[in-house]
Amino acid sequence: MSDHETGNRPSRRAFLGGAAAAGALTAGGARAQTPDPLITEIQPWAQGFGDGVDAVRYGLPIEYEGDVIRRNVEWLTADTISSINFTPIHALEGTITPQGCAFERHHSGAIDLRKEDYRLMINGLVDRPLVFNYADLERFPRENHVYFCECAANTGMEWAGAQLNGAQFTHGMIHNMEYTGVPLRILLEEAGLDTAGDLADKWVFVEGADASSNGRSIPMEKALDDVLVAFKANGEALRKEHGYPVRLVVPGWEGNMWVKWIRRIEVMDGPVESREETSKYTDTLEDGTSRKWTWAMDAKSVVTSPSPQAPVTHGTGPLVISGLAWSGRGAITRVDVSKDGGMSWETARLARPGERMALSRFYLDTHWDGSEMLLQSRAMDDTGYVQPTKAQLRAVRGLNSIYHNNCIQTWLLRANGEAENVEVS
Amino acid sequence: APAMADKLGLGRAALPEEIAAWDGDVRPDGTGLPVGSGDAIIGEEIFATQCAACHGDFAEGIGNWPKLAGGMDTLYHDDPLKTVGSYWPYLSTAFDYIKRSMPYGNAGTLSDDETYAILAYILYSNDLIDDDFVLSNETFLDVEMPNADGFIVDDRAETEYAQWRGEPCMENCKPEPVSVTMRAMVLDVTPQEEAQAPAEETNVAETAAQAEPEVVAA
Repeated sequence: MSDHETGNRPSRRAFLGGAAAAGALTAGGARAQTPDPLITEIQPWAQGFGDGVDAVRYGLPIEYEGDVIRRNVEWLTADTISSINFTPIHALEGTITPQGCAFERHHSGAIDLRKEDYRLMINGLVDRPLVFNYADLERFPRENHVYFCECAANTGMEWAGAQLNGAQFTHGMIHNMEYTGVPLRILLEEAGLDTAGDLADKWVFVEGADASSNGRSIPMEKALDDVLVAFKANGEALRKEHGYPVRLVVPGWEGNMWVKWIRRIEVMDGPVESREETSKYTDTLEDGTSRKWTWAMDAKSVVTSPSPQAPVTHGTGPLVISGLAWSGRGAITRVDVSKDGGMSWETARLARPGERMALSRFYLDTHWDGSEMLLQSRAMDDTGYVQPTKAQLRAVRGLNSIYHNNCIQTWLLRANGEAENVEVS
Repeated sequence: APAMADKLGLGRAALPEEIAAWDGDVRPDGTGLPVGSGDAIIGEEIFATQCAACHGDFAEGIGNWPKLAGGMDTLYHDDPLKTVGSYWPYLSTAFDYIKRSMPYGNAGTLSDDETYAILAYILYSNDLIDDDFVLSNETFLDVEMPNADGFIVDDRAETEYAQWRGEPCMENCKPEPVSVTMRAMVLDVTPQEEAQAPAEETNVAETAAQAEPEVVAA
């Protein structure tokens, strides 16, 4: 292996370490030449004590997993307050995102809002404008659902070409959690919607308690369907940076609409056309016109391993290709994987049947002969939609849409096991 | 309308003062605008003290901070410049956003008149009004936003979904052998966490890619 190969740190250390051992590991079932001291000698952990149960009251991952952290990309934004960071999806498995490394996107920073100080107002075209405190919300009937939250800008830096080298950076503006909360429908009914009359042309405007407010307009049909006012995620309270104590969960729709620290819901007879649905989160096409209200996140997938931050360190032989697929318009029904840049495809295995508007894990258990591969994955959802190539997307939209890039991703896996973000013909 | 559930009697009535304090949104037709006024001459002074440190003396933007003026007729260019003047469809959005969320780090501190004046200065910087134009709740809709007709409602159902549905190709899907056309390592803009040797020279065909800092710009 060449010393001047570049891979994305911090995986390089692991890569180098793994490569050194590759000769021994490649053969898989080969006989050991000398006894392994990790087996033949008593190790300290097998002799003495570990930590007591009182050592850590709320634990963090073991230090050896120090790689599995959020990362930000400084040049993307003017500062770190109205900015983004990225979930380390290259290192995760299954579908549930650990909250502590689940991505953040703020417009005026992650605010500190106590339950005691929390208020939620419902006003506008309702029979009775209401104010709830946090305790009120916990007295409404609850539901639990797993949904992905994907930033509209996820993969947005890749419109013009292959730019960032790692699945964390190209696809990591996403997390997937089990939410507990109250259907927005129930809260609206508590305020009463008779005043609103025909609900077909009504909207709700939702905004947060932070300085940016992040106000967005949502059509009433969606508000009454599956939107949740959530106060727990993955079993515990929301993290501060994810909207503590209460956020909106808008299944399948762009993450910007998942208003955090939600403080007000107004029933209206039209959209507000706020800053976050005019200046931002509108998608400019090649002719200069722009789409607005592009709410749903379309079917998408990515191979998380191997990937630039997760190189192959074990040499040839059995190789697990692992990845994520999701669709904002339904459930993933199938994922195909290509090793030759889309010339031919094999259907991968879904770890579990796809769930609506939630991440699905797929696997292709394969045998790697050590030759270069151009790895791709292609998701399909239960509407029959097939994840497009970047060329297909560009043909419709041009290069300036910024948001909603759900193209097929290609990783070039080299003979030495390192991977790179590339585009292919 | 769906059947309404029985009410649980939770929460309490919102008081008018409370609604007034939090409900500040302004609609494209001017609904929600407070009474007030300001012009670009007053606005220039306020802008200089409250806004120019980030957005520039002429609303042209400093560094990575948003540009509020300029970019007319660039939306179909390779690198469109989207500003209040060139891109924003409604003036209401600017009032609503400035009043509620600006200045960045000290939001919600501008009076209604100050907001009108700042907005007048931004419009003036975009050559959309003369310096004697008084922007107020009454003249608000007289301002023509150049890109007011520049938006269409999401049309993916018509332009995309139909053609990307169905059984996809599984074998011999491309006419030519697949080749690499662009590589992220050439651009080399990914954050690195320890020192490393420079990228290897390659002879792979490369297309110049531009880092796109506006993806999530504030």
